[in-house]
Amino acid sequence: MFASCADPSTLEGLNWLACYLTSGKHMAFYASFGTVMVLLAVTAPAALLFGFGGAMAARSRIWPVQWLGRAYTAMVRGVPDIIFFLFVPVALDQAFEWLRHKAKCPDWTEPIRQGSDFVVCTQAKLPLSTSPQWVHETYGFALAVLAFAVVFGAFAANVLYGAMRAVPRAQMETAEAYGMTPRQSFWRILVPQMWVYALPGLSNLWMILIKATPLLFLLGVEDIVYWARELGGSKTSIYAYPHPDWRLYYFLALLVFYLGLTKLSEMVLGRLTVRLSHGQATLAGEAQRKAGG
Amino acid sequence: MKKLILGTAALALSAGMGLAQDVVRLGTEGAYPPYNFINDNGEVDGFERELGDELCARAELTCEWVTNDWDSIIPNLVSGNYDAIIAGMSITPERDEVVDFTQNYTPPSPSAYAAMSEDADIEGGVIAAQTGTIQANHVVDTGATLLEFPNPDDTVAAVRNGEADAVMADKDFLAPVVEEGDLVFVGEDIPLGGGIGMAFRESDPELRGKFDAAIQTMKDDGTLNELIVKWLGEDSPRF
Repeated sequence: MFASCADPSTLEGLNWLACYLTSGKHMAFYASFGTVMVLLAVTAPAALLFGFGGAMAARSRIWPVQWLGRAYTAMVRGVPDIIFFLFVPVALDQAFEWLRHKAKCPDWTEPIRQGSDFVVCTQAKLPLSTSPQWVHETYGFALAVLAFAVVFGAFAANVLYGAMRAVPRAQMETAEAYGMTPRQSFWRILVPQMWVYALPGLSNLWMILIKATPLLFLLGVEDIVYWARELGGSKTSIYAYPHPDWRLYYFLALLVFYLGLTKLSEMVLGRLTVRLSHGQATLAGEAQRKAGG
Repeated sequence: MKKLILGTAALALSAGMGLAQDVVRLGTEGAYPPYNFINDNGEVDGFERELGDELCARAELTCEWVTNDWDSIIPNLVSGNYDAIIAGMSITPERDEVVDFTQNYTPPSPSAYAAMSEDADIEGGVIAAQTGTIQANHVVDTGATLLEFPNPDDTVAAVRNGEADAVMADKDFLAPVVEEGDLVFVGEDIPLGGGIGMAFRESDPELRGKFDAAIQTMKDDGTLNELIVKWLGEDSPRF
């Protein structure tokens, strides 16, 4: 970064540290904080969407849909995350490639499964092996988001399913008495009121999601924990900046980051709870009403 | 004239496509110095980086480096996320059932134990090794207690903080650690595996052939030995 960093072995003290902390590898470490934040920002709404879909399916009166919704939540919640992360992205990737293979190479005669190998024609590869590295990385990232959304969506589905049932039955009966169709009462009465019941469960999920990003490296996406481990490990003189085991300091930095993120999340969630309790037939809503809110 | 231009254009285009299809993605772990590691610029570096680049030049292929966790390095190869593994992977019969190896590019090299003191108990004690390595298999066979870690660095750290009595790994990996740190080699070197080779999908014999031939030319003209001396040291066995 600085011109004086050209030969690290001649540096000492603060200069050494300044050069060390601005090396290319550290830049990648700093950038990975961005990766994690983007992942969270994209995954949280996606998981909520999966959860909402799952909860609606589980409540459905059409039994195959109901069965599907229940099977989804039960299966995904029962399988350990790490197995899921080894399996789902690879399976999804192969499913996409298989579809493209069928569409693009109809006259391919060799089998796709050869022993343990999965072979599709070159044009069906996803991403194409000629694509630049960033396309591969973005694709890997997208698969990761999808896998996270599926896993956390199942938990969210269960939370939302419970929240939907927690809305007082009297509210729904009143809606029916006013002549609303089931669809109308669902969207106008049930959905706006269920969030306050869902929030504690969802906030738990959010906190777990924040800490689940190291699973990303199974897919080749490098997150902050990967870099902290990689940078902190003891370095022999084969590296430009040799140092003993410094993982403690890197993990302390991560601790500060995670605690900060937790605090921020708690503040936002706290405000959200106040906002959602407004006018609700719950203890918090009642307290707000009495306080003249 | 117009036809000629079109013809040339088509030729240039197809030639370009031919070239473009030759991008070979090389998968490595990036955590096993001096074989492969991420240098301070955040790039893959080490013995295998230099070797891989040279092999690609000789085979006239365009190569690209990808890092992947050791645990999922074979599954991602067979499902086609990259085309070859060049990650200090020893040739063993078990792995050979799933992937195909080139000829070895390092001679069968010794593995060794390293510990904090000479009198560490390597036969009945707790030995750290990386998951899924030939050393981990060996520790189980000796009857010592195996303590597995997902990456090589953790195995050394486990010895330093007293979690394990000794670490077992490739001697070439441990040599710089012992030389510059507080660890010492314990006991005899143990020859394990059939040397290190590149791994390919079993359905990809053509690509494997190209790299195999390139490795042969590097063995023949002595450049491979130079690389071994440069990265793995004078004491490492050569061809």
